[in-house]
Amino acid sequence: MNDIDRTLVLRARGLRKEYGRDAGLVRAVDNVDLDIGGGETLAVMGPSGCGKSTLLHLLGGLDRPSAGEIWLAGRRVDGLTERALARIRCVAVGFVFQAFHLMDELTAVENVELPALLAGRSPREARRLAADLLEQVGLGDRTTFLPAALSGGQRQRVAIARALANQPAVVLADEPTGNLDSAATLDVLRLFESLHMAGQTVVIVTHDSRIAATADRMISMRDGAFIDETSLTGGTRGNLADLAGLGG
Amino acid sequence: MGRALLVCRLAVNDIRRRPAAAILLLLVIATGATTLALGLSLRGTTDNPYARTRAATNGPDVVATLLPDGSNGTGPATSARPGGGAGSVPADAGALAGLVRIEHAAGVVSRSGPFPVTWTLLRMGHTTASAEVEGRGARPSPVDRPKLLQGSWVRPGAVVVEAAFANALDLRVGDRLSLGGSTFDVVGEAVTAAIPDYPDVCSHLGCFLAGTVSSHNPGLVWATKADAEHVARAAASTPLAYFLNLKLKDPAAATAFADRYNAAASPTAPFLYSWQDIRAGDAQVIAKVRQVLILGSSLLALLAIASVVVLVGGRMAEQTRRVGLLKAVGGTPGLVAVVLLFEHVLVGLCAAGAGLAAGWLAAPLLDGPGAGLVGAPNAPALTGSTIGLVVALAVAVAVVATFVPAIRAARLSTVAALDDAALAPRRRAAVVSLSAHLPPTVLLGVRLAFRRPRRLLLSVFSIAITASGLVAVLIGRATEGDFLAARVAQATTIISVVLVILAAVNIIFIAWTTALDARHPTALARALGATPDQITVGLSVAQLLPALAGALLGIAGGFGIYYAPKNGAGQATIVPAGWLAVIVAGTMLAVAVLTAIPARIGARRPAAEVLKAEAR
Repeated sequence: MNDIDRTLVLRARGLRKEYGRDAGLVRAVDNVDLDIGGGETLAVMGPSGCGKSTLLHLLGGLDRPSAGEIWLAGRRVDGLTERALARIRCVAVGFVFQAFHLMDELTAVENVELPALLAGRSPREARRLAADLLEQVGLGDRTTFLPAALSGGQRQRVAIARALANQPAVVLADEPTGNLDSAATLDVLRLFESLHMAGQTVVIVTHDSRIAATADRMISMRDGAFIDETSLTGGTRGNLADLAGLGG
Repeated sequence: MGRALLVCRLAVNDIRRRPAAAILLLLVIATGATTLALGLSLRGTTDNPYARTRAATNGPDVVATLLPDGSNGTGPATSARPGGGAGSVPADAGALAGLVRIEHAAGVVSRSGPFPVTWTLLRMGHTTASAEVEGRGARPSPVDRPKLLQGSWVRPGAVVVEAAFANALDLRVGDRLSLGGSTFDVVGEAVTAAIPDYPDVCSHLGCFLAGTVSSHNPGLVWATKADAEHVARAAASTPLAYFLNLKLKDPAAATAFADRYNAAASPTAPFLYSWQDIRAGDAQVIAKVRQVLILGSSLLALLAIASVVVLVGGRMAEQTRRVGLLKAVGGTPGLVAVVLLFEHVLVGLCAAGAGLAAGWLAAPLLDGPGAGLVGAPNAPALTGSTIGLVVALAVAVAVVATFVPAIRAARLSTVAALDDAALAPRRRAAVVSLSAHLPPTVLLGVRLAFRRPRRLLLSVFSIAITASGLVAVLIGRATEGDFLAARVAQATTIISVVLVILAAVNIIFIAWTTALDARHPTALARALGATPDQITVGLSVAQLLPALAGALLGIAGGFGIYYAPKNGAGQATIVPAGWLAVIVAGTMLAVAVLTAIPARIGARRPAAEVLKAEAR
């Protein structure tokens, strides 16, 4: 495991996200403060509807906060224009979704190269990069497969490779194992472990405590607010499968 | 009986559930139906005004023409031209003797003429037009007595202008005009049944002198015989022609009389034409209007099919779950297809009714007799065949557009329908590979465009139809120029405007459907770093690609539409390249503007919200 770089990659202060008004007001994220260091793996857990995904979307610039500040790699991003946020998402953030969100009509390698193409890389460079990433996630022999021809675990690995395409400062994973069986979950967790070892900052949102146990730090949420924070000394140093209670 | 009731109930309920979509469908189909009804109902509407004019002017049963060089007017163009002849002199006695022989033919009961006729340029202010100047006596003729609508009859130095011609040039009694360089006062406006209505004066007369003013759709001006001869002498070119008007014992046999004589006569003898020919000439404007409307209605029907396919496709996407429910409770695939077909046929039938009523009511706006005739037109003919054709068109549009979605819905698995699963997009490996080399916005646009090839083709088709119609109108205007009859121009304008409106509706539908269908991939692209501007431009590019293809196809189609009914005959027209460039550029601009709105709205929806909603 690498040492956590204490330089902050993500910082949030007084973060709030509200929907509705008056009696119908809902605080999906309620006055959250958060610091995430470089190379750290943070797990945010809590029951469904507690605001985990909304927090992730706010941190990644996919949604705008009602109040508060967000700093990404030393730059304040909560007040940026949509165009500037898009640029941030392109080069500084990688998203992994529970539902994979792959383009059905694109092959694995075409899905992975898409962010690189959007970032303006040459087709040749984007393709080489995508092929390398697929190799890293163990899908070097599946590059030309369409998503429909891949298993759930393989699809999520393609999505992780895609998230890494532009070497982002942080990978934000929203229930990355939520749609997977045990074996596929273990595969994905191993992948996150290897990212962690490589110094990649990762934020994983999950409602599964076994997954959260693999992180360096775990934050629990309820009703939009942080209610507990735990440093996990074991973290990913232990046997991943045992930690995750997945056998294997 | 129970099944029929169920089908009716389901169809009517669905129409009630989405009234806006049903009204839109109805309007789109009704547009084509109205145009067709209008075109079909104009048949024979000028017969009545011509009969009244003929009675009011004691119109001739037969007109004999003797052209200056002896050509009977049906042959090829001659070389006679102003300024190049031997001077304006009466035709020789031998030729005139031919007219005398006709006036004494069996069956002729009275006559007027021969009247001298020449062709020259009419100028008034900045207006210049070709004029056919007919010399008349100061007293009314027994046959073909032009009926004065305003002013008085000809006198030395004063002319009477045929009413349709005066109307076209905006001439008024009291104006002064120049004929072949000599100035005359306009003292009257009159109508006649001896020639067809302006601008089709030459359709049956001897205006075949290529290169002369007479070949440019002249209008009729009456002058005194001396003034007509003076104008001809001043032009110092064309020998005088002569018109002889005859009344027959049996007017109904006028065509047979003329045909019998023309068949037996030498090529240099006078040429005869009957009052039935003139009546047909008068109807030519309306015939052209009918032709434009019927052709226009065909284009509109095709466009309506494209519109309805898009609309029905959109409705089907919303109805997938409903289809699943219907099947889950025991509805057979056949029942599902029948319900969908019946629903749209019902709308088509309503549209046919609306189209017939609108066409019948609008017909009087286009079938007026024109200034060259007097009296009201016949009522538009709403015959059984007209009703049948309009209903058939409307139902055909509904069936053609609904058939494929209905069959697809019938074949959809119940589970998939209940899941409301969207149809998987098509993968185009070549497009994906090639688009990787394009800038991100164009990459997004190209990939979005080719996700749904059927919709892409519909876009191309829809724009090609519209552009074809517009190009055909442009060619018509370039060919006929100022001589395009006002009502034909009016009809082409109506068709052009309706085509453009329907195409605009189509573009908005398609852009909106594309934006809706692309919600997931565009939200994902935004999550991966694409900006809203890139998404908006990408969606616009997705529409601009088919627009460009459609506009280019439309140029070829427009030439085809204009020349196909003529079997390629007619002088090839060079349409200025600038006009065609404007069509292409205008199409692209219109599509970009019309697409930008739904694209922008689609791109502004938060990506996270879309991804959450579309998670599956």
